[in-house]
Amino acid sequence: MRQLIIVGSGPAGYTAAIYAARANFTPLLIASSVEAGGELMNTTEVENFPGFPEGIMGPDLMDAMRAQAERFGTEVLLDDVTSVDFTGSVKKLSTGSNGDFEAQAVIFATGSAYRKLGLPDEDRLSGHGVSWCATCDGFFFRQKTIAVVGGGDSAMEEANFLTKFADKVYVIHRKDTLRASKIMQDRAHANPKIEFIWNSAVTAILGEDALTGVTLTDTVTGAESNLVLDGLFIAIGNDPRTHLIHGQLDLTPEGTIAVVGRSSKTNLTGIFAAGDVIDPSYRQAVTAAASGTVAALDAEHYLSDLESNVVS
Amino acid sequence: MSAARSVTDASFDTEVLKSSKPVLVDFWAEWCGPCRAVGPVLDQILAENGEKLDIVKLNVDENPQTAMAYKITSIPAMIVFQNGEAVKTIVGAKPKPALEHDLAAFIA
Repeated sequence: MRQLIIVGSGPAGYTAAIYAARANFTPLLIASSVEAGGELMNTTEVENFPGFPEGIMGPDLMDAMRAQAERFGTEVLLDDVTSVDFTGSVKKLSTGSNGDFEAQAVIFATGSAYRKLGLPDEDRLSGHGVSWCATCDGFFFRQKTIAVVGGGDSAMEEANFLTKFADKVYVIHRKDTLRASKIMQDRAHANPKIEFIWNSAVTAILGEDALTGVTLTDTVTGAESNLVLDGLFIAIGNDPRTHLIHGQLDLTPEGTIAVVGRSSKTNLTGIFAAGDVIDPSYRQAVTAAASGTVAALDAEHYLSDLESNVVS
Repeated sequence: MSAARSVTDASFDTEVLKSSKPVLVDFWAEWCGPCRAVGPVLDQILAENGEKLDIVKLNVDENPQTAMAYKITSIPAMIVFQNGEAVKTIVGAKPKPALEHDLAAFIA
């Protein structure tokens, strides 16, 4: 049995691993098979992570965090946790390709997953004009007309990035004000290829074999109109990735894992949670990293107490 | 270095369309994070099932004609060709068990 297993490989998971490895707990970090590095692997320039005055590419930042965790003895496993049993004193985890694992303590830092619009044709046309990854797919929309749905920083970053390729980028937003930070808003407003469509919700995705456009419904008047598009990028936010622990860990009304105060302690002893999966509000690389630190320190105290109880 | 060999616009007809066994073409690019993540998974599937299913990589940046011909707009895109026809399309990086499930008709 291991002392500590960390689930997740974003800034929270890797930072927890750096702290726990430096404290000689030789953690196993289960990183995911195809999403290792988390959300930042699909971003370009990160300009607000302290210590990088010129910015750093998201994948480079995550590679550096992984290297730092491994330097102190973290074992990184590229596999997916498929089920868990956290209810007993021995914590059990099953993986897709590497069998079962047991640990005395677990830090759960699974982050969040892209939110879908929830429209019937969204999955059918995914890969045929509907996209979730601007850095992956922008290339295919040279001189095309596309739209980004959403009003946050991610939507603004994607819209700006996509103007490198597309002739025209609409930003479709349900409200008439943006949630995005001032600097990201200003960049989008200053970009001549970006046009905002306010107070509008995408209510249908159109196209047989490939996307041809969307139906927009005015959120104030209810009026419907169609917009012709070659591509649609969906950036309407994320939902905490909690499906593995439903029925075991308590959730908040927002759907994140409930923790005690500013700690990482969940309702189950020995299970700690960190990063976007506990954070309905801030969701930054730095806050996730800090949250990972809290979890590592909480887990250290827990494991030390277990050891001293065994001795006494 | 990937175990799956690369094909190009020029070699696509011979290596993929005229192949005697099914060929999965992994449409990818250097800048695409999920493509780099799924590459090693496809290498494993090739190592375990190479007798039944060939797996090759096509760099969309260097081979735009083929990517355009098959209307690729999201990568990674994995298309299985059998007797010159595209018979199965998988979009997006997936874990190995999920890909094996999607490819069951070719590797089972």
